[in-house]
Amino acid sequence: MPSSADSVTVSRMFSEQDLTALAVTLKLASLTTLILLLLGTPLAWWLARTRWRYRFLIEAVIALPLVLPPTVLGFYLLIALGPDGPVGKLMQAFGGTPLAFTFTGLVIGSVFYSMPFVIQPLQNAFSAIGREPMEVAATLRAAPLDRFFSVAVPLARPGFLTAAVLGFAHTLGEFGVVLMIGGNIPGQTQVVSIAIYDHVESLEYTQAHWLSAGLLLLSFLLLVAIYAFNRRFPVART
Amino acid sequence: MSIAARFTGSREGFSLDIDLSLPDRGVIALFGPSGCGKTTLLRAIAGLEPDIRGSLKIGGQAWQDEKVFLPAHQRPVGYVFQQPGLFPHLDVRRNLEYGMKRLKADRRRVSLDDAVALLGIGHLLERRPDQLSGGEQQRVAIARALAVSPSILLMDEPLSALDEARKQEILPWLESLHDELDIPVLYVSHSRDEVARLADYLVLIQEGRNRASGPIGDMLTRLDLPLSAGGDAEALIEATVAGHEIDYGLTWLDFPGGRFRVIHKDLETGSRVRLRLLARDVSLTLEPQRDTSILNIFPATVEGLANDGDAQMVVRLLAGGVPLLARVTRKSADLLGLAPGKQLYAQAKSVAVLS
Repeated sequence: MPSSADSVTVSRMFSEQDLTALAVTLKLASLTTLILLLLGTPLAWWLARTRWRYRFLIEAVIALPLVLPPTVLGFYLLIALGPDGPVGKLMQAFGGTPLAFTFTGLVIGSVFYSMPFVIQPLQNAFSAIGREPMEVAATLRAAPLDRFFSVAVPLARPGFLTAAVLGFAHTLGEFGVVLMIGGNIPGQTQVVSIAIYDHVESLEYTQAHWLSAGLLLLSFLLLVAIYAFNRRFPVART
Repeated sequence: MSIAARFTGSREGFSLDIDLSLPDRGVIALFGPSGCGKTTLLRAIAGLEPDIRGSLKIGGQAWQDEKVFLPAHQRPVGYVFQQPGLFPHLDVRRNLEYGMKRLKADRRRVSLDDAVALLGIGHLLERRPDQLSGGEQQRVAIARALAVSPSILLMDEPLSALDEARKQEILPWLESLHDELDIPVLYVSHSRDEVARLADYLVLIQEGRNRASGPIGDMLTRLDLPLSAGGDAEALIEATVAGHEIDYGLTWLDFPGGRFRVIHKDLETGSRVRLRLLARDVSLTLEPQRDTSILNIFPATVEGLANDGDAQMVVRLLAGGVPLLARVTRKSADLLGLAPGKQLYAQAKSVAVLS
């Protein structure tokens, strides 16, 4: 029967634990992207429009994860989120548990780690719109929030797509931060990149091959999709 | 006078100091050289320059003073920018509806059909902005501004981004707006030709200040303003088509100072036209000339004279109460004994019918 044959093949390619790691990874990347789009959009908008003279300081902070070793970022997050860190203490004060080695902690870490990949495309897209379309909308009776959603968002659409895909794809490839604050708990914090590392450590090269190729293909397809889309819709590039 | 505007402010080495009261209908030109502050003034009226302080009252309603600042989206203006600025993600119809949709139903006085008909863009409604020519885009932008039923229309050099052919394509539409609209239009321009065709009232702006303002016929012929100096000094005359002299292929255009006879124009008797009479095309004579080829001769009174360079003078005349300009040499002025109050005859070599 073809269906059972297929599932046998799949199970030979990916162990159950690998599939769980894949699910955790996808969930992590989706949540991280969603959070970054929600928080990053207003921040990117503000950065694109403000005349504040110290804007560059914020921009530098946002760009830090691009150059910082992920272990450095992970180390500070571990300290902050752990039982003795400020965030960890705060969590405990409210009857919670420290966030280190939890999925929530992983999401927080990923948000920092992938921040520039979401905010920079958004900021560039908003800057490219310029002031005039917003002024036109204002003289056509649109209030600030209204003109943001009815003019800025549609005109920045390719920027949103780029931001979402880059944020998602970059989170898929996260390793160092996860290693520092996520640990390696199957079903909770074990992501694909760590699973690959484990397989290699245990000399399970076949498993490592399948997972690596899967991640490679997924990342490649995502990038192909945005580049193709941005070529077809040149509207917001102007 | 129901538009009262006072603005002061400075930015980037440029200062604005405006104190104006303007009529509440007709086309009011804000005229001056590039960089004189006319666009900034228009933007301030629309609420797009929050840093410029001042007061603005339109039709008795305060849009701005020490305490009040209506944001741009709450001011009932229509604004036409230099660039059409159509939203590229919306087709023409949705561009037109953008502002209209945001208007309370009881504020809608101009229907979409009116705005479309006024600018002749009915055949473009389903197109996207990038499928339109520059002239068509600007016509859609004007219709979009009108579709918000503004109580004042602000136009910032709407023709400046267009080439000459496109300008000639749009001007007739602007001229018809002038006749159809019952709201004031503030029209920023540095083009004398546009102003002569469109404006009823002119505000001369220099270095951020309003130097002078008044009805356009009066302003263009004022000897104390730079407008009356130089080769393009001109007078504008409102005339009525009195009839046609078919035998000779002429058209009669009457104004309070007399009758112009011009080469036949296909104009309806009784319709109103605006004539442009260049100062350099007007010569002066003390006696009415019988033996001349010039047809258009009017009795006039000298109102004033001013030097225009070393050798020439500009003479302001009144013919039937209508101000005209004549450019003569200083020598001729002396020989004729020109002085205020002097009665004489103005001979117009040629006159242009603007609309």
